[in-house]
Order: sequence, then structure tokens, then C-alpha cells
Amino acid sequence: MEKRIKITINGETKEVSPGTSILDAANQSGVIIPTLCYHKDLCVAGNCRVCVIEIAGQKRLAAACATPCEDGMEVLTNTLKVRNARKHIIELLLSEHNADCTSCYRNGNCELQKLASDYKIMTQDFLDLVPFRNYTIDNFSPSIIKDDSKCIRCQRCVRTCAELQSVNALTMSYKGEHAQITTFFEKSMNDVVCTNCGQCVNHCPTGALTERNYIEDVWSALADKEKFVIVQTAPAVRVGLGEELGFDPGERVTGKMVSALKRLGFHAVMDTDFTADLTIMEEGSELLRRLKEVIVEKRGDVKLPMATSCSPGWIKFIEHLYPDFLNHLSSCKSPQQMFGALVKTYYAKAKKIDPSKIVSVSIMPCTAKKFEAARPEMRDSGFRDVDYVLTTRELAIMIKQAGIDFLRLPDMHFDRLMGESTGAGVIFGATGGVMEAALRTAYELVTGREVPFKNLNITPVRGMEGLKEASIKIDNPLKEWSFLEGVQLKCAVAHGLANAKIVMDTIKKGDADYHFVEFMACPGGCLGGGGQPIPTNPEIRKRRALAIYAEDVGMPLRKSHQNPEIIKIYKDFLGKPLGEKSHKLLHTTYIKRSSF
Amino acid sequence: MGEGQKMSTSHLLKRADFIFKSDNDWEDVLKKNLNRTANELINELISSELKGRGGAGFPTGLKWKISSEIKADEKFVICNADEGEPGTFKDREILSRVPFKVLTAIAVCAYVIGAKKGFIYLRGEYFFLKDNLQSAIDEFERYCRKIGFDFSISIFMGSGAYICGEETALFESMEGKRGEPRNKPPFPSSSGYMNKPTVINNVETLAHTYTIFKYGSKRFYDLGVQFSRGTKLFSVSGDTPKPGIYELELGMSLVDFVEEFGDDDTKAVQVGGASGFLVPRKRFPETTIGFQGRLVGISLPTGGSMMLFNSSRSMYNVLDNYLNFFAEESCGQCTPCRVGCQQLLKGIKAVKRGEKNAAYLDKLLKLAETMTYTAKCGLGQSVANSFSSIVENFREEMIY
Repeated sequence: MEKRIKITINGETKEVSPGTSILDAANQSGVIIPTLCYHKDLCVAGNCRVCVIEIAGQKRLAAACATPCEDGMEVLTNTLKVRNARKHIIELLLSEHNADCTSCYRNGNCELQKLASDYKIMTQDFLDLVPFRNYTIDNFSPSIIKDDSKCIRCQRCVRTCAELQSVNALTMSYKGEHAQITTFFEKSMNDVVCTNCGQCVNHCPTGALTERNYIEDVWSALADKEKFVIVQTAPAVRVGLGEELGFDPGERVTGKMVSALKRLGFHAVMDTDFTADLTIMEEGSELLRRLKEVIVEKRGDVKLPMATSCSPGWIKFIEHLYPDFLNHLSSCKSPQQMFGALVKTYYAKAKKIDPSKIVSVSIMPCTAKKFEAARPEMRDSGFRDVDYVLTTRELAIMIKQAGIDFLRLPDMHFDRLMGESTGAGVIFGATGGVMEAALRTAYELVTGREVPFKNLNITPVRGMEGLKEASIKIDNPLKEWSFLEGVQLKCAVAHGLANAKIVMDTIKKGDADYHFVEFMACPGGCLGGGGQPIPTNPEIRKRRALAIYAEDVGMPLRKSHQNPEIIKIYKDFLGKPLGEKSHKLLHTTYIKRSSF
Repeated sequence: MGEGQKMSTSHLLKRADFIFKSDNDWEDVLKKNLNRTANELINELISSELKGRGGAGFPTGLKWKISSEIKADEKFVICNADEGEPGTFKDREILSRVPFKVLTAIAVCAYVIGAKKGFIYLRGEYFFLKDNLQSAIDEFERYCRKIGFDFSISIFMGSGAYICGEETALFESMEGKRGEPRNKPPFPSSSGYMNKPTVINNVETLAHTYTIFKYGSKRFYDLGVQFSRGTKLFSVSGDTPKPGIYELELGMSLVDFVEEFGDDDTKAVQVGGASGFLVPRKRFPETTIGFQGRLVGISLPTGGSMMLFNSSRSMYNVLDNYLNFFAEESCGQCTPCRVGCQQLLKGIKAVKRGEKNAAYLDKLLKLAETMTYTAKCGLGQSVANSFSSIVENFREEMIY
């Protein structure tokens, strides 16, 4: 039996396992200790000191997050000494923070503001340190804005960029009064290795790191009578949006979201899930073509494993850090960009709308999508394919601004034409989802039979483990695919760029025998995206994932190739997967970038 | 500097001459002690009651004992030569004049805990010592090979950050990371450099262990006073006719010290450098120099820095100087230290300029107290020492 140790917290005795932090022990006993630099996704830093508590017999206070319980320890969390110290620390943080709350993007959802409110810091006696520094705002990136005057040096962003993402675009520089979070040579976030994943934004307790928001641009477009404004919504948005608008994490709000978008005035509300299904057709076909090129034609220039290309954070990561491996990437655009290219061609033609009058908006759980939409390659329709990208958070802001009572909205359906989707498209929002959707279709294309998993649920690729592997043996394929007879199709799934790095390093060493790998920049996949509601943490990601899979099971169709609108678009417009038109509109190229 | 031994003796201050005594017998001392058991050596140290001479005063024998008892595939001994405390310059002299005593002590420690690798973390500004020290290490390693003792020592150059003298920040720095203190526990004895059990001792502490291993613990124990045994090197500077390094017994009274080193106009003595305490003249009689534990009066520990100020000095300027140092040298990691130092510095300026009233000093004193309780490492915890002792004793100089 595991050894237990006894401690008392505010006089109440509690048993915990050795190694438990005082913070966790307190939380288990219903005692709340405030924190700031602490985040469940990250290693313990113990640097903000907001969580200080008193340990009987010790003169100094201890940081609850960084101090393990010891047998017989008496912890006091609410003594006068603790309260005064905490208050001092909050005052100190406020004194170096540009506390102009009313003009802050995070006003109302700021951890420092909440502490100041909880501890009723009504006067600021200490000197305002902000004017002593020459802060400038870095707003050159299309995705992320960095305002150091709001930074409280908790280093959550630094730990996020290093631990979760292995990118290290942000780091602590200088010391003492000059300490600051900087990039390489203090260049703009736009000019460094930053992948725009936005995990730093999602982990920032204040408004120091925020997304570049396009709310006013979209309001202007909606007000412009000349414009036809269409919107697409990514799969993960529907399982996150509710959190911003009064629902518990894990609530699916697909129907309400569609209603809200219609009320906001969008002329057509469509679903990125449609192009997720389309991605499966194109990417699945590309995989099979590559397998044939490698196995039958023995082409040395064709690389396996093939890597997915839906996640723009991942794309920028590989462009920066593994530029010699870009030929592993599928040439497929992401669902957002396929959608954009089709809206101003296929959709415009079908609906007889002048494509120059279309404003194409997407709602994404992602900040990297903002960068992706601005890439020069993404203009294959003859226009900018996607005009504005809003995060889940920005959509919630618009809904609130419009005075929409979200909780009481009726459920509505996506508009037809590019609004129909399958469960395979929905699960793109979770780690492993692209892989699962691709296998459901590819296996059936090759063998004529359904993938051999109960209820189509390919559970080995699901879940929050950072790296997942699966393999499927292909038996008795259709004649066209006879070269695949007996092949063990090996797949891997990585989410969070730190895990992507692990897989890429094995590929680099030549040790990877996978055929197909799904990469997602964010932990948990898109449902844990940098544009999702704050906070996002392991527990919330789990609940969003459950919602995604519930949405999948509830769909009448769960395989991409069964989507009637997909069948229609190939018949009416595209011809066949990997055909000439697909090649022009749905596929792209990549750029080698520098590693710092 | 370093002329302490030649100065006339005072009967009030008890001089000693162990550390700089140039006895060329390190080979014998090393060989003799490598033939003793680890337990014997630890007990020798424990009975000497030697405490760390870097300033914190942790019992050295206990430190070695803890690391020796932990099982690990690899252990390290590190000599902390990142001597950065303002007013301290003794380690520099030890390393340049008697390096073999330190190297021998490092090797004995390695033998005791079972380490095969030692490091000297040398202050960046001491780069000029490096070549000579490296030659000494080369000769020392040759001898180790000769007697079949498997041990090597490397020099690691610091880069100029004060905070890297803090042991866990020093490890981070050696590991190639930003020099920031770690959370404790775990302590270095169980998880230090590369997360392996590590004994890290100040240069002077190691030099004293040489004395103890050479002469036995009793010789050392008999010097000094209760709780503060043995001798200590003092770096004397400021308004004194004879600045320099002196080896004195612990437990001396500040009155005697000032009698010997003052210029007959001593207004205050800063004991322990910028992170230490300022003692005004009226408190000289009740103050002794040594580790805490005395039953009567005040006992002040010091890493060796003794700065004397005479009546021509403005204590406001002294404090301003210290606080500038801390605002600059805080690693910037934890809130109380990073922001607290700036507030104290800018706060006394604001009071001096009349932008804040005198009562603001009381608010700053409370803040300094909070820094002591809440800062992550010794740096932030000790800023209040000089701040509070100066503001409390020379309040009028802060205001007018």
C-alpha cells in the first residue's frame, strides 16, 4: 500500500500521498489558494509568490505550488501575515503592470484583475513603474500582439513555448528591473520562429499576449450592403464557444452557434466540416498515390511517412525547424483554405454571386489560421481566399456585443451547399481525428469494406496521450489496390509541437517506419487551440473531446466519402480527387524558413 | 591586501594564520586523508563545528554527510568561487595564493561523498585567475593519477551575474540555462548539478576544511566562541587606514573591530556586504561577529565583508548604491525581489525629492519585511537587511 503522510491545513488534518504539493493538498480539501504563475499544463515555476502560505515553525512563507507536503506539517493559508504578504505582492505586480483595464482586450478575463478585485486593492500606494520603461507594442504579426507593458513576468508563455511546443520563440531576457520576455534579438513575433499557434495567448494570465482581432473589420463588412458575407465554422468551435457564453465546458452548441451567426447578419452560414470531408478525399487519395509510387514504382523522390497539413501552426513549425522535410507534407490545403478557395469559385458560380463581392470569414479555434489566410499562396480563387479569421473568443465577443441571449437561442442548421458534413469532418477538431477520418475512408476505398473497428470508432488514435500509434493490416484489397495486400499500414498521431518534434526527430534519423502521421500544433488538437476560450487546461480539453466524439456519433453519416455534397462537388465541379481543378484550388506549396 | 599576517597584533582581536600559511604539504594531507574512512572525515568535520563561510552558515559536516548517504550513479563537488558580494575579496586571494589547499579539500570531499568530478565556478570578473588556477589543477590531477585517485576538476567561468553565486542559480548556469534560483526543496545535497547529489561549498569553507584535516578538528574548534567556531577571513574596506584581508577568530566584538580598523570617526559598519546589516555606532558594544545563536546581544553573520563608514558619508548614498545594485542584479524571476527592489530604490528617491512624505518610508519598511518572507531565494530575502537597518538607524538622512 502506498505510504500516506498527514498534514493539517488550517487546523484540519488531511492525508495525502508523498510528493503532493501544498497547493494540491489544499485544493483537495476545498481550501482555495490564489495562483498566478501556476498552470496545470506547465511545470511549476514558483515565481509570482501569490500562493504564499505559512508553515508553522517557519519564519518565512512558502510558495504552496512549489512546496511538497511533509509529514506533520501544519499549513495556514489565511493568517494576517499571509494576507498582508499576498496583498503586497499583488500591489507590486500592479505597479509594474499597465493597469489601464478599461482599454484592455482581456478586461473581464484577466487573472491579475481578478486578484486585485478579490483582495480589494483600492489604492495604489507604490510608484507606477510603467513610465520608467519604454514599452512598445509589437503588432506586426497577423496573429499575435505582444504588449510588454501588461506583462507580469510569470513566464507562463515562456514555459508554454518551450515545454508544450518546443519552439522557444519567447524567452526571458535581461535581469532585475530590466527583465523582460523577448524574442530572438527582440525582433517582431512576425519575424522569428513563432508558429502563431497562440498557446502563449491562451496561457497568458493578462493582456500581454493577445490575438490580433478582426472584430471591427467583420462588423464593417456585415454593414456593407454591397457585400455578401459568408462564414465557415471549424469543428472545434462548436465544443468551445459555449464556455464563453454561460455553458459548462463540454457543451455542444452547434445549433445555437448557427442561429447566432445568422442573427449577426452573415448571409450564409456554412461548415468547415464540409471541407474537412473534402480534405479526406484529397489527402486520402494522395496517401494511396504515394503508397503506390513508393511500393510499386519504387520512386525515391516520394517520401513516407506522409504528414498531414491541416494545422497551420504545425506547417510553420516544420517550415522553420525541419525545412528539408517539407516533401513529407501532404500538399493539401487546410480545410479552412479549401473552403476559402471554393467559396469564391464553386459557390459563387452556383449561387451566381460576383466573387469580388464576397467577404469570406472563418471562425477558428486558432490564431495560426490568421497567418495562414494571409499567406500569399492562399489566393487561388483570384482573390484572397479567406478574408478574415476570427477566433472562438472573438465570435463570443461579437455575440455579446450584438445583444444576443445565447442561452435561449433556438437551434438552426447550416445553410446548404458547403454546409453538409459527416462525423468524419467533426472529429478533425480532436487529436487523432484526421487520422481516424482518413482511415475510415481510405480503408473502404481500398478494400470495399468498412474499417474493422467497432462502430467505426478507431480508439487507438483517440485520447490525450501525446504520441499515439496504430496499424491496420490490409487484407483482400480491391483489384486496383492489390499491391497493398498484406501491408501493415502504420500510423502515428502527435499533438502539441513538443510531440511533433519527437516524431520529426525519429523521421530525421531515419528510424520511423510510419506511412502516415497526423500532426496538430496544439495539445489535444484544435479543441485545445490557441484561439479557444481561456482557460484551457487538461480537464477542459478532455470535456471538449468527449463533446466532439458525441457529435460524431450523433451524425447520420460518419464517413467523408458518403457526404452527398462531396459527391456532388466532384460530379459538378472538381472532377476527381487530385484532378486538375483540385490541384489548382485545393493544393498548395510550402516555404523553407530560418530556424530562429 | 593580504598583509594581515604582517600587521601588528592587537590583544583585543585574535589573529590567526591558517589559510594563507604557505605550507607546501598538500600532497601529504591529501594522501593521509584519503586513507581515512569517509565516516571518520565526516565526524572530524562535524566535531569542528565548521559552518559555511559563504554567509549562510550551514554546518559543513552535515552537508557532506547528507550527500554521502544518498545513493546515486553520479555525484559532484562544486567550489563556489563566484565571489560577488560587494566588499568581499577573500576568495580571490585564496585561489591565487593557496590554490592547492582548495583543490585538496575538493578532492577529499569527492572521496567522502563518492564523486569523481569537481568544478570550480569562477566569477566572470576573475578571468585573470584562470590560467594559473588551471596550471595548479593540472599539477593536482597529475598527482591524483600518480596515487591512483580517480578524480578531475574543471573550471567553469561565470558570466558576471551576481545571482549565480546562489547555489541553485549556479547549477542552472552550469547546465547552460539562464541563471535563476530553483525552488527548494529539493536541496543540492540530494539534487544539485544535473539533478545529482552535489556538495557545493564556498572557497573559504573548503580552505578551512584543509586546516581541519591537517590539524584535526580540536585545533579549529578551540578557536572562536560557542555557535561560531574557528576563524574567518574578513575583507576590510571603506574608511579604514588599513584595508585588506585578515584572518580573525569569530565572536569578536564590533567595538574591538572598530578600535583596530576604524579611523576614529567610524559612524557605522556594514557587516556582510550589500545583503548584510548596517550597524550604527551606538550598537557597536552589543554586536559581535559570528553566527546567530548567542543568548545575549546581537550576533551578525558575514560572508566576510566589513565596510566602515565615517561621518563624511551620506547613508542615503550608501543605501541608494546598494539598492541600485540589487535592482540590477535581482534575476527578475520572482515578484517580491524584482519589483520590490525597484520600489525600494525609487521609493527612497521619491522621499528624498519630497514627492512622497516621510511616512512612505514606513510603507517601504513593511514591503522590505514582505520581501524577506516571500522572495524565492536568499537574494530577495536579504535585501531588507541593509534597507531596514539603514532606514531605521538613519531615517533623517533619508529624508533631508
